[in-house]
Amino acid sequence: MTKASAAIVGPGNIGTDLMYKLLRSDAIEPRWMIGVDPDSPGLKRAADHGLTASAEGVDWLLSRDELPDIVFEATSAYVHRANAPRYAELGIQTVDLTPAAIGPAVVPAVNLGEHLDTPNVSLITCGGQATIPIVHAVSRVVDVDYAEIVASVASPSAGPGTRNNIDEFTIATSRGIERIGGARKGKAIIILNPAEPPMLMQDTIFCAVPADADRDAITASVHRTVAEVASYVPGYRLRAEPQFDDPAPGSGGRARVAVFVEVEGAGDFLPPYSGNLDIMTAAATRVGEGFARKITAARA
Amino acid sequence: MPYSADLDVRVTDSSLRDGSHAKQHQFTVEHVRSIVAALDDAGVPVIEVTHGDGLGGSSFNYGFSHTPEQELIKAAVETAKRARIAFLMLPGLGVRDDIRRAADNGAGICRIATHCTEADISVQHFGLARDLGLETVGFLMMSHSQPPEVLARQARIMADAGCQCVYVVDSAGALILEETGDRVAALVAELGDDAQVGFHGHENLGLGVANSVIAVRAGALQIDGSTRRFGAGAGNTPVEGFAAVAEKLGIRTGIDTLKIIDAAEDVVRPVMDGECLLDRLSLTMGYAGVYSSFLKHADRQARRYGVSGAEILVEAGRRRLVGGQEDQLIEIAVGLAERNKAAAGA
Repeated sequence: MTKASAAIVGPGNIGTDLMYKLLRSDAIEPRWMIGVDPDSPGLKRAADHGLTASAEGVDWLLSRDELPDIVFEATSAYVHRANAPRYAELGIQTVDLTPAAIGPAVVPAVNLGEHLDTPNVSLITCGGQATIPIVHAVSRVVDVDYAEIVASVASPSAGPGTRNNIDEFTIATSRGIERIGGARKGKAIIILNPAEPPMLMQDTIFCAVPADADRDAITASVHRTVAEVASYVPGYRLRAEPQFDDPAPGSGGRARVAVFVEVEGAGDFLPPYSGNLDIMTAAATRVGEGFARKITAARA
Repeated sequence: MPYSADLDVRVTDSSLRDGSHAKQHQFTVEHVRSIVAALDDAGVPVIEVTHGDGLGGSSFNYGFSHTPEQELIKAAVETAKRARIAFLMLPGLGVRDDIRRAADNGAGICRIATHCTEADISVQHFGLARDLGLETVGFLMMSHSQPPEVLARQARIMADAGCQCVYVVDSAGALILEETGDRVAALVAELGDDAQVGFHGHENLGLGVANSVIAVRAGALQIDGSTRRFGAGAGNTPVEGFAAVAEKLGIRTGIDTLKIIDAAEDVVRPVMDGECLLDRLSLTMGYAGVYSSFLKHADRQARRYGVSGAEILVEAGRRRLVGGQEDQLIEIAVGLAERNKAAAGA
C-alpha cells in the first residue's frame, strides 16, 4: 500500500522528534521539512534522513508541483494562523501542534474517529493529551460535574511558547476537559519543576463522581483508556491504582476519584523526561495516520 | 534608604492568605472583617487576602474554599480604613481574569508567585497588573533551594516585567540567618533602584523574626508576617513579634506594638483552629526543605493511608517537589502504604 506524503513545517525540537516517529510509520512518508533559517540543525538532520529540506518557508512548499497530502505544523500559534488558510485553500489536511486552536481539538483516544475528514485539527496542549482521555474514561461511566487536572512538567522541557502563554495552556486545557473529556466544568493547573535530573511528566486527574458510583467500573474504564493511549504513547502509564475518596468538606462535599499517570518519552529526539512533548508528537503521528489511511484508501 | 518618610520597612500581614492553609481554606466573611479591622486599627499597612494558593486556588488539589475568595477580598476592602488590600496569584493556577476581578473588587496590590527558577512564567501577569494600575510584588518561592546569584537573575526577570518589589520567599522555612541576608543582598545589588526587595519567612526552624531582621539589615524594604504566626507549616514570621523587635531596634514599621499584641491574642487566635506549632512535621519541613503548605495535606494523607506524615514529607523533599504539587503527596502515601503492606506480609 502506498503511503500518504507529509511535510513538517517547523524544524525545531518538536518537528524533529515528530520526523523520527513519522519515519517509522507504515501509513505516512515524511517527504519535506520546512524552515526559515538555512543554518537550522533540524533542516540538516532532516536532509540526512532523506527528506527534502528547505529554508524558504511555506512559500516554497506550496509552490511545488507536488503538494503534501498532510502538513504537520510545529511552528508557533502566530505562524500557524498565517499558514492555515493557505493549506486549507489547497486542500491539504493539517495537524496543528501549536496552540493556535484554529480547527477542532482532537485527542486520539477519544474523538479521532469524528475528525478523519476535518481539514485542520488542533492537538490542544500536552496536558490535555495526557489527561482528557482519563476524564473521558470516568465520564463514560458516571456523570462528572467537575474535573481538575494537575500537570507537572520538567522545567527544561517547557519552552518559551508555554512560558509566555501559560494562561492559554490552562484555559485551553480546561475547555478540552469539558468539551472532549465530558466534564461539566474543567480546571487545569500546570507546575514547572526544575529538579535535576529532570522529572518525567506527571499528571494527576481528579474527577468528582457520585457518592454511590460503581468504583470498579470506573477503575476498569480507566485501565482500558490507559492501554488505548499507551498504544500510541508507549511511555504512558498509571503510577498507582485510581484512588477513591468519600465526600468530605475539603473536597467541597463531593466524592472523587484521583488518577495518577506519568509519561516517559520515547527518546526519539527529545530526552525521555520530555513526556509532555513526546505525547504531542505521538498524538500527532496517530492523527496523521488516521488521515493517511483515509487518503490512501480513497485513492485505491 | 527607608521605605518612605514615615516607615523604614513596610509590613504585609498574610494571616488571611497564608493562614488560609492552616484554616484549610475555611475563612468566612466574618473572619475577614474581624481580622482586617483589628490589624488596620493596629497600623498594619498591607493585608493580604486570598485562598492560600492564590487566586483560583479553590480546588481538589489544594482544598475548596468555604467562601469565594473574591467575596473575602471585597469584605476586606470594605472593612479597611487605612490598610491596603493585597492578593496572591500563581501563574499556572490563576489566570489574568482572576487579577481583573480582584482589581475590580478594590484590591490594590497584586503579588505574583513563581517557583524561584521559573520567573519567566509571570511576565504576562505583571504586565496586566501594571496596566490595571495595581502595585506589584513578585514572590520567588522556595528561595532556599537556589544560590543568591540565581535568585538575583530571576528577580531581574520579574523587575523587567513590571514587578516593583521582589521577595526572597522562604516557603520551606529553611533559610538560616546569613543565608537570608546573602540572598536579600544579592537581589538589592541586582535591582538597585529598579525594584525593592522583600522577605517572607516561615517558622519551621524557628527563625522567622531573626531572618526578617537580617533581611532588613541587608536592605529589604518589605517584610511579610502573619499575626499569631497564622500560616502554613509552623506558621509565618509573627507580625506582633517582628513589630516588637523592630521597635526595640529602632526600625519603624508604623505598627502599634501593644495593639498588635492584643489583636493577636483577642482577635486572630479565636479564628484559628489551633496554634501554628513547631512540632514534628513542621520542623521536618524546615529541616528537609519542604514547601510549608504541604503540612496539612501530608497530615491528611498520613491519616487516610495509615502511614507516617514525616516519611511523606521526607519523600517530598527527596523528589524536590515544588509549591503546587500537593497531588504528589497522595501518590507518595499510596506508595508508602503498599510498601508497608508488602513488608508486613513478608
